[in-house]
Amino acid sequence: MSDELQSALTALAPRLAEGGTTVSDLRRLSGGASQELWSFEVDGAAGQRRLILRRKPPGNPGSGNAIGLPNEAFLIQKADQQGAPVPPIVHVCQPEDGIGEAYVMGAVEGETLGRRIVRDEAFASVRPKLAGQCGRILAQIHAIPREGLPDLPVSDALTEIGKYEEVYRTVGARRPIFEAAFRWLKDRAPAPVEPVLLHGDFRNGNIMFQPEVGVAAVLDWELAHFGDPAADLAWLCVNAWRFGGAKPVGGFGDYADLLDGYHQGGGREVPLERLLYWQTLGSMKWGVMCMTMYASFASGADPSVERAMIGRRTSENEIDLVKLLEEANA
Amino acid sequence: MITHPTALELIDAVIGFIEQRAAPQLKDRDAFHARVAVNALAAVRREIEFGPAAEAAAVERLKAILGRDGDFIELNEALAAGIQDGSIDAADPAVAAHLKASIIDQVRIDQPNYSGLKALTG
Repeated sequence: MSDELQSALTALAPRLAEGGTTVSDLRRLSGGASQELWSFEVDGAAGQRRLILRRKPPGNPGSGNAIGLPNEAFLIQKADQQGAPVPPIVHVCQPEDGIGEAYVMGAVEGETLGRRIVRDEAFASVRPKLAGQCGRILAQIHAIPREGLPDLPVSDALTEIGKYEEVYRTVGARRPIFEAAFRWLKDRAPAPVEPVLLHGDFRNGNIMFQPEVGVAAVLDWELAHFGDPAADLAWLCVNAWRFGGAKPVGGFGDYADLLDGYHQGGGREVPLERLLYWQTLGSMKWGVMCMTMYASFASGADPSVERAMIGRRTSENEIDLVKLLEEANA
Repeated sequence: MITHPTALELIDAVIGFIEQRAAPQLKDRDAFHARVAVNALAAVRREIEFGPAAEAAAVERLKAILGRDGDFIELNEALAAGIQDGSIDAADPAVAAHLKASIIDQVRIDQPNYSGLKALTG
């Protein structure tokens, strides 16, 4: 498979770098769970250039929620035009390229591991700025005009709750904390606002950070959709993405810095209470997602111990829900 | 349950084998899965050790809340159904206290180092 890809990319080399003729050091990167990620170098007039290929696994129908790679590449280019840090899109693969559904982007150096962002000394000086940066970047993404964008799903709080409650009922677990959370979330669903383009998975793991710069690139756009801006702001604050960090925003920052950055970046006023509502919805959602990952073990689709054990992370989200509901009801 | 060895000793033996003998020979994805396997066994170990007392305590709380007898599965189902149909208020102090105590016990079994456990227990 790698040989075939090597020759397909070599044929494409002139399109990937000016004067490009050869492709070298092609290797598969781990990390992409639903999509393949390949790293390679192409030589060109300006020297070697490190590129990344993101491709749908051949023969894999893909995840039901994913928007498709051409749409991803399109949104990344739109975000780039708004000034948001994203990897530069170099080429969107066409059928005649023989690579399948894929695109090529420039490699961005940096760190995505939440644990390192939250703890490593290298990030100590930039860490206090990260929440504000994340707020400003989300404001840029949310400002992308809807006109001309692909026809992505639109989802408000009640749509999201309905979707994940249905998944929970299909799995068949009986967990009183989820019942309490569904009811609480439905009773307090905020009035819908004019939907904006959401990244849909803006959190540690999908954000590339550099020690001197802070946010270097926003990655993994496959869950983009239209919805409530508070949903993107809150997802970064869900405890699962804090990696043990003491601060609420990604383990590295404070709510006020995130919301101030968002407002300074041109985003509309988002009350903390609305963010906390969506954070609660986010803990429910990640808890249900852990259950569905376990379900793929139970059905035999993925018999790995990792899929089995992730089912035991559902309780982490339940304990977060209990804390959030306790604070909201106090 | 028999002793010599106990179930816990068997689990410890397997954890020791994976960590000291098997895992060092594995790479990449397999090495990662070996670590997850050790975590899974450690959770099973804690469930054997602490699960029965946690479940017995939960049954006592559920009996008081629901005013009826039954085993854990029945009573837990009744609580879930009551919260779902609105006949039981999850914010009621006795219910909220039960949910909190139950999930603290569960996370102590599943992921005792989880930050959310410390956040809730202080």
